[in-house]
Amino acid sequence: MTIALSKFDEVRLDRVSRDFGALNALREVNLTIKRREFIALLGPSGCGKSTTLNCIAGLLPVTGGAIWLDKHRVDTLKPEERGFGMVFQNYALFPHLNVRQNIGFGLKMRGTPRAEIDRKVNEAIGLVRLQGQENKLPGQLSGGQQQRVAIARAIVIEPPLVLMDEPLSNLDAKLRLEMRAEIRRIHNELGATTIYVTHDQDEALSLADRIVVLKDGIVRQVGTPKELYEAPAHLDVADFMGFRNRLKGKVVSHENGHAVIDVEGARFKGVARDALAPGAAAVVAVRPDDMVASDEGPHALKAVVDTIEYRGREFVGTAHSAQGSDLVFRSDHTVEPGSTVHLTADERVLIFPGQN
Amino acid sequence: MTASVTTTPARDAYGPNLRQRLAARGLDAVTLLAVPAALFSLALFVYPFAFGLVLSFEPKAGGWLSNYQRFFADPFLYETIGKTLWLSLPVTLLNLFLAVPIAFRVRLMRNQRLLTAILVLPITLGTVLVAEGLLNYLGPQGWFNRTLMTFGLISQPLKLVHNYWGVFASLLITGFPFTFLLTLSYVTGIDPALEQAAATLGANAWQRFRHVYLPLLMPGFAITFCLSFVQAFSVFPSAVLLGAPAGPTRVISIAAYQAAFEEYDYSMASAVAMIMGVVQLAIVVAVLASRGLFYRGPASGAKG
Amino acid sequence: MIRDTTLGAKLWATAVWAFVIFFVLNLFAMIGTVVTSSFATRWLGTWLPAGWTTRWYYSAWSEFQLGDVLLVTFQVVGLVVLISGVLGVTAAYALARRDFPGKRLLMLLFLLPLLIPPITFGIPLATVLYQTGLAGTFWGVVAANLVPTVPFVILVMIPFIEQIDPKLEAAARVFGANTFKLFIHVLLPLLLPGILAALLLVLVRTIAMFELTFLVAGPTSQTLVVALYYAVFAAGVRAVQSIDAMAVVYMVTTLIWLVVALRFVNPAQIVTRAKQQPAH
Ligand SMILES: Nc1ncnc2c1ncn2[C@@H]1O[C@H](COP(=O)(O)OP(=O)(O)OP(=O)(O)O)[C@@H](O)[C@H]1O
Ligand SMILES: [Mg+2]
Repeated sequence: MTIALSKFDEVRLDRVSRDFGALNALREVNLTIKRREFIALLGPSGCGKSTTLNCIAGLLPVTGGAIWLDKHRVDTLKPEERGFGMVFQNYALFPHLNVRQNIGFGLKMRGTPRAEIDRKVNEAIGLVRLQGQENKLPGQLSGGQQQRVAIARAIVIEPPLVLMDEPLSNLDAKLRLEMRAEIRRIHNELGATTIYVTHDQDEALSLADRIVVLKDGIVRQVGTPKELYEAPAHLDVADFMGFRNRLKGKVVSHENGHAVIDVEGARFKGVARDALAPGAAAVVAVRPDDMVASDEGPHALKAVVDTIEYRGREFVGTAHSAQGSDLVFRSDHTVEPGSTVHLTADERVLIFPGQN
Repeated sequence: MTASVTTTPARDAYGPNLRQRLAARGLDAVTLLAVPAALFSLALFVYPFAFGLVLSFEPKAGGWLSNYQRFFADPFLYETIGKTLWLSLPVTLLNLFLAVPIAFRVRLMRNQRLLTAILVLPITLGTVLVAEGLLNYLGPQGWFNRTLMTFGLISQPLKLVHNYWGVFASLLITGFPFTFLLTLSYVTGIDPALEQAAATLGANAWQRFRHVYLPLLMPGFAITFCLSFVQAFSVFPSAVLLGAPAGPTRVISIAAYQAAFEEYDYSMASAVAMIMGVVQLAIVVAVLASRGLFYRGPASGAKG
Repeated sequence: MIRDTTLGAKLWATAVWAFVIFFVLNLFAMIGTVVTSSFATRWLGTWLPAGWTTRWYYSAWSEFQLGDVLLVTFQVVGLVVLISGVLGVTAAYALARRDFPGKRLLMLLFLLPLLIPPITFGIPLATVLYQTGLAGTFWGVVAANLVPTVPFVILVMIPFIEQIDPKLEAAARVFGANTFKLFIHVLLPLLLPGILAALLLVLVRTIAMFELTFLVAGPTSQTLVVALYYAVFAAGVRAVQSIDAMAVVYMVTTLIWLVVALRFVNPAQIVTRAKQQPAH
């Protein structure tokens, strides 16, 4: 069996497409991943994350483009010839094999000598902290333990590339946080290259070196968590990064990358990447944290409070403006539902071109 | 509900009444709904079986075991066991060996319904019609032999009816769909992610079958084998119509039928039916016992 | 399954499909032989008959008294469907909703008639029926046919009833429905699709049930399949085409119901019960 290289400098997806009949699940995806990087694939449900991963793993043939490992083309290889490790969303542990046999499965398929399998499996069990569970069947393990077995099984074959498809989505909130740290620790300890699929932006932000945002099979933006969090390039990426307030307005002025927008008579100033002509339609995107209720101000947006919730340090409320935009804001004192608030946003305000 | 906490001495007065106590054990009016069917089953299944068992030890003549002694002394009788096994075992195994790869293929099909509906045909038509159809179709002048001769594969018609092969063919045509549909339901019950996981771990197609599918499917195959075998073992109309009921396809059902309805010896007939049941049971138990060697449980990777 | 594109895999797939096609072709050719023969004036030693006619249907109808046989068949099948429906659904309801001592034993009792082939328990059953004088009568045939169908309905209906939320019944009771009203207004409408499917399957299986009917039927209580058996068994007495015409009549009766059944059930259910419940 020809296993693809175990050492490489980069994985390159070159205009990879995948169609399901008339549906283009992936459209010319270009992506380069460096060795030892932790990449998160982020996007809404149905955007093609699993499809991308399955194409890389070889579980789905691509319908266009190619996948390269340095100078070796791998998209023509069968999955078993690629030698990548994969952690499945539902773990896909072999129910008839115990923990030790599950983890050793890949090595056994490669014909590794018994003694070496034992040694490596023990190492892997130590790495994922599953000592004492070796002889249990998957059905006898908790969700978090199954998760660790799935990870151990994928990494014990020392794959050049580890693929993970929403590995934490079946776990409860607390375990999810623990396993998140665990996955990052294992990645660092092994010096592996990891592609991690998730639809949870917190997970992506905290784990990844770089994040790839997909939508409708198209790569919308690639960047470090900081870049994405602070400067999403598109409105839909901003949406994903927590910019929940989106206000339609008209451009008043635009210079040096900053624009002033008129929204229902109020003024918002923010960063604008794209060229915006005065008078053109624009969308102001603001995180709830940055939308603050203040006393009357000349440029504030007037809105009627719908609900208000106590969040310990502060209050979070929802409101609607005269023209019906829904708003989420923060306030340091409570306000009565039905009363009018004056909302302003000074920092981390983004301006995107809008449609008329 | 047990008695509630109370300080009065007359605690028992508050305790559950008989109806509630029975209900707590699952016995109430709803449970009684099962009684008619149970009585029916006792009267028409258990009682006849027990009656037949007793009757088989009350022969027309001779000691209490003489029916069984006669059966195992008379080659015309005891050879039916071998003849029946010689038909039913190879057919069942062949059906299973054919069904497995086909089930793996058909699983990938988007529209399985048409194929499964076609395959259900011979089962619903039943053994008598299949026997009648094959009698013509496989006969010396039938389309099957004609086609082979037209293609020059044979120079004179094969003898396919009124012998072993006629019965074999009929068991194949009614047995294969049955085996196949059972196998298909087991194969589709296995989470495809398991195979994908095995592939990413470097297992090739054969290794995936050998190390993932086979161990998970073994219990299902054992059950499929048993059910198919039991059907083939009790072959009756086609052995008479398509076979050589006095010779190589004199199966055990024929012996039982003749004892009952030609010799009117119900005691002997019951003895033959009991022997038939025991042989079937022995094989079924042997196969199912070997099932214990394999993993039995949900065939999916995740919990819950 | 992962689709393989290597040459070996393609050859393998081709071989598998070749067998399926071979099987289906033979099946249709076999059925075609019967149909062709039933319309043949004379068919000896040629691919196709010398001429076509429908007269065998008239002669089969009178020779085999098909009118009477069909009437008996439908009466038997109708009664079997009705009785196994009533007995089976009520028992299935109890088994699905209650846990009581001896439930496993009862389940085993209902499973056995489906696992043991009819010819094995049919012989002792026929013996008992002959001794009680029921054998040979219409009711004897109905009783014998019920032995496997009642358990069949029970086993098909249990999973179906289990998936209906018991809270619905609790709610109906809270709103004052007594058991009878509960059954008519709540349970029956919910269970109807399942009952329909189960009974259609019973119908298809009973029309084709040869062994039990054969063992207990008398001359006036034969069903179509048994009459067909006797006709084929005594081949030579009557023209082959006449027997084939009868076979076609039998096929049509079976297939009509099969087609109806397939509208409501998955074909695999004719062989197994609900797929979620493999017979472990
Ligand atoms: N086998 C298939 N046949 C047809 N369409 C498919 C198939 N697999 C996926 N799709 C479609 O391709 C698109 C991308 O699917 P994919 O599974 O990659 O989404 P995803 O981003 O992983 O979503 P999720 O977060 O819900 O898992 C979806 O519109 C989906 O309906
Ligand atoms: Mg997905």
